[in-house]
Amino acid sequence: MIHIDDLEFHYREGEFRLRMREFSVTGAEKVAVIGPSGSGKTTLLNLIAGIITPLSGHVSVSEVRVSGLSDSERRDFRISNIGFVFQDFELLDYLNVLDNILHPYRITGALKLDREVRARAESLAREMGIGDKLKRAANDLSHGEKQRAAICRALLPRPSLILADEATGNLDPVNKIRILDLLFRNVEDQDATLLAVTHDHELLERFDRVVDFQDFRDEGAG
Amino acid sequence: MIDSLYIAWKYLGFNKMRTATLVACITLISFLPASLQLLLDESERQLMSRAVVTPLVIGAKGSSLDLVMNTLYFGDEVPERISMEAADRVWDTGLALSIPAYVRFQARGHPIVGTSLDYFDFRGLVVADGRMLAVLGECVLGARAAEGLGLGPGDGLVSSPETLFDLAGIYPLKMRVVGVLQKSHTPDDLAVFVDLKTAWVIQGLGHGHEDVTRIKDPTLILERTEANVAASAKLFHFTEITEKNLESFHFHGDLSSYPITAVIAVPKDAKSGTILRGRYLSKEEPCQIVRPEDVIDALLQSIFRIKNVLDAVISVVALATVLALILVFALSLRLRQREIQTIFKLGCSRMTIARLIAAEISIIVLLSGLLCGAMIFLVNHFSNDLVRMLFIR
Repeated sequence: MIHIDDLEFHYREGEFRLRMREFSVTGAEKVAVIGPSGSGKTTLLNLIAGIITPLSGHVSVSEVRVSGLSDSERRDFRISNIGFVFQDFELLDYLNVLDNILHPYRITGALKLDREVRARAESLAREMGIGDKLKRAANDLSHGEKQRAAICRALLPRPSLILADEATGNLDPVNKIRILDLLFRNVEDQDATLLAVTHDHELLERFDRVVDFQDFRDEGAG
Repeated sequence: MIDSLYIAWKYLGFNKMRTATLVACITLISFLPASLQLLLDESERQLMSRAVVTPLVIGAKGSSLDLVMNTLYFGDEVPERISMEAADRVWDTGLALSIPAYVRFQARGHPIVGTSLDYFDFRGLVVADGRMLAVLGECVLGARAAEGLGLGPGDGLVSSPETLFDLAGIYPLKMRVVGVLQKSHTPDDLAVFVDLKTAWVIQGLGHGHEDVTRIKDPTLILERTEANVAASAKLFHFTEITEKNLESFHFHGDLSSYPITAVIAVPKDAKSGTILRGRYLSKEEPCQIVRPEDVIDALLQSIFRIKNVLDAVISVVALATVLALILVFALSLRLRQREIQTIFKLGCSRMTIARLIAAEISIIVLLSGLLCGAMIFLVNHFSNDLVRMLFIR
């Protein structure tokens, strides 16, 4: 599913350097990535998603070399194949819950918004327990509900890979478990791969594999 | 593009105050010059169309503008009075048709125009309902005056006192409405027309009362001789002219010395007009003769000079507004960096972000255009009254 070869990346400013010789995730695994803050976990997710491109080396997802695609191809590939769940939900205040879930369909030509997609969005929302809040403003939701909406948005295009960047970091313990359960169940239902960055060691045993980010890096973070 | 418009619409709806402010700015900056131009065009059309068909106006020396505005558009500024003799004088020359006008009084906000029947022929005014003036105390209403006052033939209309607290001033006269004129889309539509003599009755120069020779009450008589009877102030004066008391109405003195505000002179031909104008050139001459077209043209030139200054001011304000709007959008983009990053991460291209912003600008401009259009429609609808309010009253 994911394959990284001789990856090297650094930002234009700052001392941060990321080097990875090899990293692979195969099949429908649920992989947790741990590591200290600032070690480059989010940067890795962004590289896999094609939001940023490496200076050298390769990133492949589902046999497609993401780092070799053009900007627009990368965007289309990302939006069709990768679901991204952010730590701070990244919902848009001015849209209601349903519009937030459908938002990726409205900002790209790679996804087509039709009746079936709407029905699936509503069904996903019901499954996540926010079916009755679809017309509510995103700001009116609790943290747990916001994260469920964000997960719905990530799962809606049926991506084969889901990247979760500390998806439960802002939640209380009860919501943390509930959200992870929902995420896992949907990932399993869709036969997708989950790569989740987390700081929460209590949750690690629920993943198929835990990767300590330090073990894969040649050099520490700045 | 529909999706971009949808998202932009949601964003603008969420930020109502910001959107309303931007729409208001763009609306005002486009509405001001457009409405000003519209009103000026309309005022030019209204003022000029009436001025060109009124060949000459004679009135007391003084402001020619007040004279023309009062005589043609029944403006509030009443010029110095001249006497009926001025009208007779024009008539006697045989050079022009002489139409006296006495535009001084009002009835419930509408000007009372005292004139002769020639005025109606000259202006091409036709009675739509009822009949033309025939007897003292009657009035004929312009179409909009009748509409505004809710009056028709058979109703009564009371003239308004000039000053409410002047007890020695004119008494109100209840006039009988006998006709309503066809709409002419000119100031005549707003006027209340009466015969000159009725106007003089309103002023108190003509009056009606009981026959003092038959009065028995001694408190009403100050002095009685064979030739004359002097009545006291207690004597009741009629405030309405009816069939019963019509006979009692009378005028003291020589009617040619009675006041009017102007004489409209309609020369037989251009030569007659020139000769007539030449007769008012003397410095000793108490009257002036003016061509309304020249007076209105001078007025419009002044207005257009002011408009040019206003245009320059509006251009500078418009430029400042556009720069401010650019700044607002630039700052809002900074404030929206996080949101832009989010949708960028979700898979949105820079082009889509530009399209979203373009959609927001388009909606704001469209809303401003609609609002501005609606306001201009209203200005256009009420332009007649607005022109009168701004340039005549």
